[in-house]
Amino acid sequence: MRVVVGAGSCGLAAGADSLIRELKSRDLGSDTVLEITGCVGMCYLEPIIDIYDDCGELHRFTQVKVKDLDTILEHFNEDACNKFRIAEDDERILGKQVRIVLRNCGVINPESIDDYIASGGYTALERCVKEMSPEQVIDVIKESGLRGRGGAGFPTWFKWNAARNAKGKDKFMICNADEGDPGAFMDRSILEGDPHALLEGMLIGAYSMGAETCMIYVRAEYPLAIKRLKIAIEQAKERGYLGKNVLGVEGLNFEMIIRAGAGAFVCGEETALIASLEGERGMPRLKPPFPAERGYFQQPTNINNVETLANVPYIIAKGPEAFTKYGTEKSPGTKVFALTGKIKKGGLVEIPMGTPLKDIIYDIGGGIKDDREFKGVQMGGPSGGCIPASLMDTPVDYENITKTGAIVGSGGMVVMDDSTCMVEMARFFLDFTCEESCGKCTYCRLGTKRILEILERITAGEGREDDIELLEEICPKVMDGSLCGLGQTAPNPVLTTIKYFRDEFEAHLDGRCPAKVCQPLIHYHINEKCTGCTICARNCPVGAIEGALKEDHIIDQDMCTKCGICFQKCNFDAIDLLEGAYVWQE
Amino acid sequence: MEASQQKVVAEQLDLSLIDPVLQENSGHKGSAIAILQEAQEIYGYLPIEVLEKISEVTQEPLAKLYGVATFYTQFRMKPVGKHLIMLCQGTACHVMGADRVQQAIEDELKIENGETTEDGVFTLMTVACLGCCSLAPVMMIDGETYASLTSDSVRKILRNMRKESDA
Repeated sequence: MRVVVGAGSCGLAAGADSLIRELKSRDLGSDTVLEITGCVGMCYLEPIIDIYDDCGELHRFTQVKVKDLDTILEHFNEDACNKFRIAEDDERILGKQVRIVLRNCGVINPESIDDYIASGGYTALERCVKEMSPEQVIDVIKESGLRGRGGAGFPTWFKWNAARNAKGKDKFMICNADEGDPGAFMDRSILEGDPHALLEGMLIGAYSMGAETCMIYVRAEYPLAIKRLKIAIEQAKERGYLGKNVLGVEGLNFEMIIRAGAGAFVCGEETALIASLEGERGMPRLKPPFPAERGYFQQPTNINNVETLANVPYIIAKGPEAFTKYGTEKSPGTKVFALTGKIKKGGLVEIPMGTPLKDIIYDIGGGIKDDREFKGVQMGGPSGGCIPASLMDTPVDYENITKTGAIVGSGGMVVMDDSTCMVEMARFFLDFTCEESCGKCTYCRLGTKRILEILERITAGEGREDDIELLEEICPKVMDGSLCGLGQTAPNPVLTTIKYFRDEFEAHLDGRCPAKVCQPLIHYHINEKCTGCTICARNCPVGAIEGALKEDHIIDQDMCTKCGICFQKCNFDAIDLLEGAYVWQE
Repeated sequence: MEASQQKVVAEQLDLSLIDPVLQENSGHKGSAIAILQEAQEIYGYLPIEVLEKISEVTQEPLAKLYGVATFYTQFRMKPVGKHLIMLCQGTACHVMGADRVQQAIEDELKIENGETTEDGVFTLMTVACLGCCSLAPVMMIDGETYASLTSDSVRKILRNMRKESDA
């Protein structure tokens, strides 16, 4: 029997570490093996324990607590355990996905190269270096139509080919694992759950372009990913997939280096990433020359994203048809999305390109949390935009999402309901891009600051009559006047919210926040349901609530900071959250 | 007063701790960030004396090292408390109410973002994204992730940690 605990960052955060500690402290018997695995994607069900019985059949248990372990371990194949078992509904969600990139995540032990090899790993690399010429490898990737999964959707084969044809002493294969979009975590999940797939994809790419040195630029905020990558690299060295004369092929040498990123969103831009690898401030450079010609220390360099590279071994091993049978003509294959926010079943989902948005949100995500009203979904993070509920039939592929004004980006999908203020969301993203602008281009450096100031005064209830028009005037200028993707896309969240939610902007200028979020544009009021229990008065941090026990309470509107604690604490529904600032009545 | 305090700190700094790192990276092009990361790992932040030494050994101008150190959010120029609270301000956390959690931490510890408590136990820093978006709002303290935070739960966690640190 095998007991497998989901030990990705999210599983560990949900309590998997205490389960592992408990299991390790027990004597499970000589016929029982304890293992770990990566994230299966159903973060809302963590911690998850999979038990494979002696016939190899899987029994999956969700939201497991330490106190339930006894019952589960002893009676895993009996009815007594049914309440811990994964619900059919949740199992169906997995069935609706097509898992190419995440094929091994949540299945194999990421710290075991044997597990990866047993699942067919490294056969693609072996085939490439022994049976295929570099040109043939590039041709297969071309046939598959694989496009960059990091944001822009540029054809992968084209970049590899350009780096192959470029002249230079050394060539470099770089993986951008500096997942910067706040709201996306598919790369982390791959790094933690299937690190060898990334290594294999990189080595295939390196072989095709004639590079010896591979570098992984990974976020320092992902310590578990770095740890598992280091383990994977050591194992690959021992087995001869890295080092000199790889797989016995004379003169084929690969070296793999990990570099921890130091935290700068702009380093998602490839020339800025290269500057950072060179030990400089991560500021973008003018293109051309493109990195394929002159990149890392002026040598031909190719940069791919984690998810893109994790697709590569599958495409080589199964053939391009196995990839193109999913997705659309222009966007073949699958894409992993991080479904988060006001959604019932949040997590990672991998679906064929072209799947309509509403299928992802309702069929896979289970709909909106607490069945509130669905307002929209934010795609593409700070470079993307908000797609309103009315456009939920849009197929998710590069072309159709771009038409809405958002972008597929790295695959963040943050779901929003009627309690999310869209103006405030736009302010949130501009706060981020303004902070992250490297400062090189004036329009980006000052433009994002000006846009942010306008959004701040609108959400503070101090908006001016022509502020919306002013935003519409500044935004395109920032896009035109910026060198790299950060500045060119930073206004997207503002423009899409104005396009689809203009009424919310206008309401703010009228002194109302319809979502009741912006503090200067709301107020709290105690209604007649008040029983005088005093819980609100006792919890008010500024002492703005007055009233004796068993008597009506009242909020001092001048003192109230609108923190909302009374609203959360009240057990009698006696506090109303109202639109607009409080108006004195005689 | 302040100058003499700084001097004490400088005297306590063991600049030789960085030697193995400098030796290991000697002759490697573009290793400035890696060296700074290791230096921060050793000292908890980047004291100016350490930057001066790195500059001396690597022949990188001090101004450049300072420029790099202040460009990236990871690097800190001031010492941090015993426990570093990294509060996620990613999109999912924001939508799920990270602002209220931040307010609760700031009220509880009487510090603002980027500051350290007077007793040197906690430092609060907001970060862009910890990648645990489905469990939002989240924070990471000393490498451990705390999920689905509320104003109440975050206060409880901090009080427990303070108790442990007092004990």
